[in-house]
Amino acid sequence: MTTATNVRKKPAAWQRLLRNPSGFIGLIIIAVFVVVALLAAFGISPYPPAEQHVRDRLTGPSSSYLLGTDLFGRDLASRLMEGARNSLYVALLSVLLASVLGISLGLVAGYLGHWADNLIMRIMDVFFAFPALLLALLVITVLGAGLNNTVLAIGIVYTPIFARVARGPVLAVKEMEFVQAGRSLGANPLRLILKHILPNILAPLLVQISLALSWSLLTEAGLSFLGLGVQPPAASWGVMLSESRGIAERAPWLMFFPGAAIALGVLGFNLLGDGLRDVLDPKARGR
Amino acid sequence: MFAYLVRRILSFIPTLLGVSLLVFVAIRLVPGDAITATLGTEAGMLTDVQRQALERYYGLDKPGWQQYFVWLGEALKGNLGFSIRHGKAVISLILERFPLTLELALFAMVIALVIGIPIGLLSAIKQNSIFDILGRFIALAGLAMPNFLVGTLIIFALSVYFRILPNAGDYTDFATNPLKNLQQLFFPAFTLGFAFSASVMRMTRSSMLEVLNEDYVRTARSKGLANRRIINKHALRNALIPVITLIGVEMGYLLGGAFIVEQIFALPGLGRLTINAVSQREYALVQGASLFIALNIVVVNLLVDLLYATLDPRISYDDSN
Repeated sequence: MTTATNVRKKPAAWQRLLRNPSGFIGLIIIAVFVVVALLAAFGISPYPPAEQHVRDRLTGPSSSYLLGTDLFGRDLASRLMEGARNSLYVALLSVLLASVLGISLGLVAGYLGHWADNLIMRIMDVFFAFPALLLALLVITVLGAGLNNTVLAIGIVYTPIFARVARGPVLAVKEMEFVQAGRSLGANPLRLILKHILPNILAPLLVQISLALSWSLLTEAGLSFLGLGVQPPAASWGVMLSESRGIAERAPWLMFFPGAAIALGVLGFNLLGDGLRDVLDPKARGR
Repeated sequence: MFAYLVRRILSFIPTLLGVSLLVFVAIRLVPGDAITATLGTEAGMLTDVQRQALERYYGLDKPGWQQYFVWLGEALKGNLGFSIRHGKAVISLILERFPLTLELALFAMVIALVIGIPIGLLSAIKQNSIFDILGRFIALAGLAMPNFLVGTLIIFALSVYFRILPNAGDYTDFATNPLKNLQQLFFPAFTLGFAFSASVMRMTRSSMLEVLNEDYVRTARSKGLANRRIINKHALRNALIPVITLIGVEMGYLLGGAFIVEQIFALPGLGRLTINAVSQREYALVQGASLFIALNIVVVNLLVDLLYATLDPRISYDDSN
């Protein structure tokens, strides 16, 4: 006999995410990343990241310097922590910018359709014609290098992806009965979009946000590696990796730790994205 | 097919115009005037008379929209400006350096396909086996390790353990010595192709899994066809169609990625030229290189679209579709 108590309630999305191996490992990596970045933001690190200990230049990992020191005698662990803070700052703000701009454009294009859709999506196509790094370089050329300009550059680069990802589901949802009913009752279009359409297209957008965070992390590290992102003496994993070239033979830790930090950060957001996709998009599960 | 071709080409014209407008406006947004943007720091040495003469010469005394059309007209004739630092026309510099970037991107693509497709296919065919787990792990590593990290590690390993310096600065082009050229480009191309091979692997695996669950494969199995024959004759071709789209989409990534790899391995390609131009604020060069790469990507996308339509029988050229 089936009674109400026998019917198993489907676990909430976050519970399914915690049970998903990719999602769980991704969340753990990101949690560690966030804690390290927050500690750095509050000035809690073994040493001030820019403090030079000239006598201890290029010292290997030891009890005094957990991950060793660099060419200027700066503590690598402290600089990695500051790098985590800067990378997370750029990733979060640039993805916030790209998602707000891109999702708004995608919602408007999908909801209004016709010429507005054509105009917005053709403009997005123009941005898609540029490789991400080249577009970022073009923006950096206009704005100049630096932490906040890197945020703007990466934000602009990833806006079209959000517009495209948001637009598709809007086309389907706006034809659904509850939206049509709202329209026929004369509901305010902005209210319809924000209150009724947006919540129904959140699943693919959440997956995209997680993946965009990993791309943003990569782009920031790439730009900084080229000397066009975060500017020294501020620490960034890309800057640190770049600085290790030429001296890695004498001090391999200078290359391995920033390299591992970049790979782990990207891996964390990628795994979370995969986990979210498994949980929120049942069709893609198991692939 | 012809009508389809014309329609697709026509649909790319607004994108091309948009690309040119974006590049034009971006450089006009650079702080300072367009003469400074064109000449860089050398502009500081100009007298007022010279500056006015140059403004007339470049049409900068005209309204903005007229300036765009003047610039576009010149660009269409191949005049993308002049690089003071290199003492050459921008288009000559681009055409000189681009073959290396293109060769690097294509070489990387070949490496990525050679690694990615077989592993992706085997992962799907032997789903959840040790091989599949290993394949997925390699794919994950490929996604997590950006090309500048892979390149740095490769150079480190080669120089420390093998005493080879892949970036010795004596680049030889393909026409002069093909073997030496391919030897020199192997590690840069592997660096660039590694992450792409991860994408290819993931795409091939998921696409093959999807195809293996299709009705026609099930029917072939129920008819008693050998597994090898089902895979070779029926599944493989359909499973590889999305990979072709991926190649088109990722060509931009490869060209962009080539920029960083050229920098790491000290290869004199278009990427290195552009990155140095950004650092040295050589705006005409940045503008010309951006326009050139974006146009190439638009054309590659068009070609991939057409190839995709040719390979996938479900896509029709018929107007009614």
